[in-house]
Amino acid sequence: MAKYIGKRLLYMLISLWLIVTATFFLMKIAPGNPFASEKKLPPEIQANLNAHFGLDKPWYQQYTDYLMNVVTWDFGPSFKYKSQTVNDLISDGFPVSFILGLEAIFLAVAFGILFGVIAALKQNKWQDYTTMAIAVLGISVPSFIMATFLQYFLAIKLGVFPVARWESFMHTILPAIALAAGPMAYIARLTRSSMLEVLANDYIKTAKAKGLSSGVITVKHAMRNALLPVVTYLGPLTAGVLTGSFVIEKIFGIPGLGFHFVTSITNRDYTVIMGVTVFYSIILLVAILLVDIAYGIIDPRIKLAGGKKGE
Amino acid sequence: MMQIPNDKFKVVGTHLSDTEKISKPSLSFWKDVFIRFRKNKLAVFGLILLAILIFMAIFGPYMTEYDYKMTDLTNKNQAPSAEHWFGTDDLGRDVFTRTWEGARISIFIGVAAALIDLFIGVAWGGIAGYKGGRTDELMMRGADILSGIPYLLLVILLMVVLGQSLGTMIIAMTITGWINMSRIVRGQVLMLKSQEYVLASKTLGASTSRIMSKHLIPNSMGPILVTMTLTVPSAIFTEAYLGFLGLGLTPPLASWGTMANDGLPALRYYPWRLFFPATFICLTIFAFNVVGDGLRDALDPRMRK
Repeated sequence: MAKYIGKRLLYMLISLWLIVTATFFLMKIAPGNPFASEKKLPPEIQANLNAHFGLDKPWYQQYTDYLMNVVTWDFGPSFKYKSQTVNDLISDGFPVSFILGLEAIFLAVAFGILFGVIAALKQNKWQDYTTMAIAVLGISVPSFIMATFLQYFLAIKLGVFPVARWESFMHTILPAIALAAGPMAYIARLTRSSMLEVLANDYIKTAKAKGLSSGVITVKHAMRNALLPVVTYLGPLTAGVLTGSFVIEKIFGIPGLGFHFVTSITNRDYTVIMGVTVFYSIILLVAILLVDIAYGIIDPRIKLAGGKKGE
Repeated sequence: MMQIPNDKFKVVGTHLSDTEKISKPSLSFWKDVFIRFRKNKLAVFGLILLAILIFMAIFGPYMTEYDYKMTDLTNKNQAPSAEHWFGTDDLGRDVFTRTWEGARISIFIGVAAALIDLFIGVAWGGIAGYKGGRTDELMMRGADILSGIPYLLLVILLMVVLGQSLGTMIIAMTITGWINMSRIVRGQVLMLKSQEYVLASKTLGASTSRIMSKHLIPNSMGPILVTMTLTVPSAIFTEAYLGFLGLGLTPPLASWGTMANDGLPALRYYPWRLFFPATFICLTIFAFNVVGDGLRDALDPRMRK
């Protein structure tokens, strides 16, 4: 186990280093100047600005500086908003995104499992067909389209929910649903197929023969094993919710980190783009690592030391 | 005991020669797959839908008298009517024409990304799986590290830096997109290379490239095809997503993502400007997903009844 975690940590660090390096050099070759504006700056001011942001140093020194800064968790100032640092943006926006993400993950997992289990128990009956039809729809409708439709019909036309902004619990419902729909559909399909597989096992028959109630069999015997694949999906789920939140926050005008990220893309605010990309990458890689470790603990049948699973 | 002569007996059940007879017409693997695919109603529906979408992508833009970039400021933001079937946008461009123009771009991006993934993935996974040992270890660890890079973040980064063009978008999607394909091909090759017919071919002196192209790759075609079909919708999704972030193709080019992004601020008053591109994004993704699922089920020997 320790060897496996060590190995995974090493890969994670290499991936991260690749991301940081790629981000740095991509931003170096990016066209345009971070201070480009309508007015041309006098050369003295330009030189001062460059010196202030360390842009007058040779590239390798800028690169090592940047690496050091990332290691010490300092993502530097925003080029566009002079008084704000990327760290400020992250500490402002991330809590909001975090709450939204958690809500979405909760919705996706809870309803996904529920629908999947119902579909598997009622295989080839109308319940199965209905839930699976919803699931196929959920997978086919991208989150941002789901979000705009929800906003248009439920908020603008019917007025059941607030249209946008981030104030009360009611404000969080539509964005969370929009964010959760795709992953929920995926989890439902995953749960259904693994439930069907588990239900065909002999020990389920034994449990039935013992006279256990179908509720006990479903929850205690079938679901415990059937939900293992769902655990592996939690890593990609986090990734999906995270990247999905960029557009969702844009549509609903939620002041989260995704919103800042999209704004910084539009403004070509390079340091913010760099910082947030690296920040998100760290979160994602750590989340995926944690999920993989958790999976190894939950399912003792998986041998972690052997490297990749599923081989 | 009474003697019964042999000719009083007659075979009523199976005759020995009958048991050897093949009653079912022999089916090739792909014919069998086709038959099973045909039984899946949803998948067949998806295939028909796909055919219609592709047909419209080819001929749709010619069905109207308008050009996709022709602006007409006297007729802007028109609701759908006999003149403009899907209405017009804020520059008076015909949404119907632009929708099918966008279909061309979306489907092109999806297919191009899938094909590039195919070439890189098959080469990488095939070599890694066939060579095995250290080569395999090294190549697959490389893929592992690369796959740690978050896909959409990388695509966004590249679009910001390299400029918003079709080429950049496809390159950005394939940088990490091929990894999935290579893993699948590697798994298949690992499984197939120890089979007897490969050994026989080797004994007969076949070269590695011949074994690869004649035995290993054709026999892995099923999973490869499924992966490709499922890559297309994810590429179409990515295009739409980027367009929606304002990182899509630059106007006057029409892509579904940028059309949806343009339509978003006008949602309250001119909903059709968002409605049509959004619907077709969903329909296309739906069609590819359903066809991919159907193919996977049809190819899975466990699903055979």
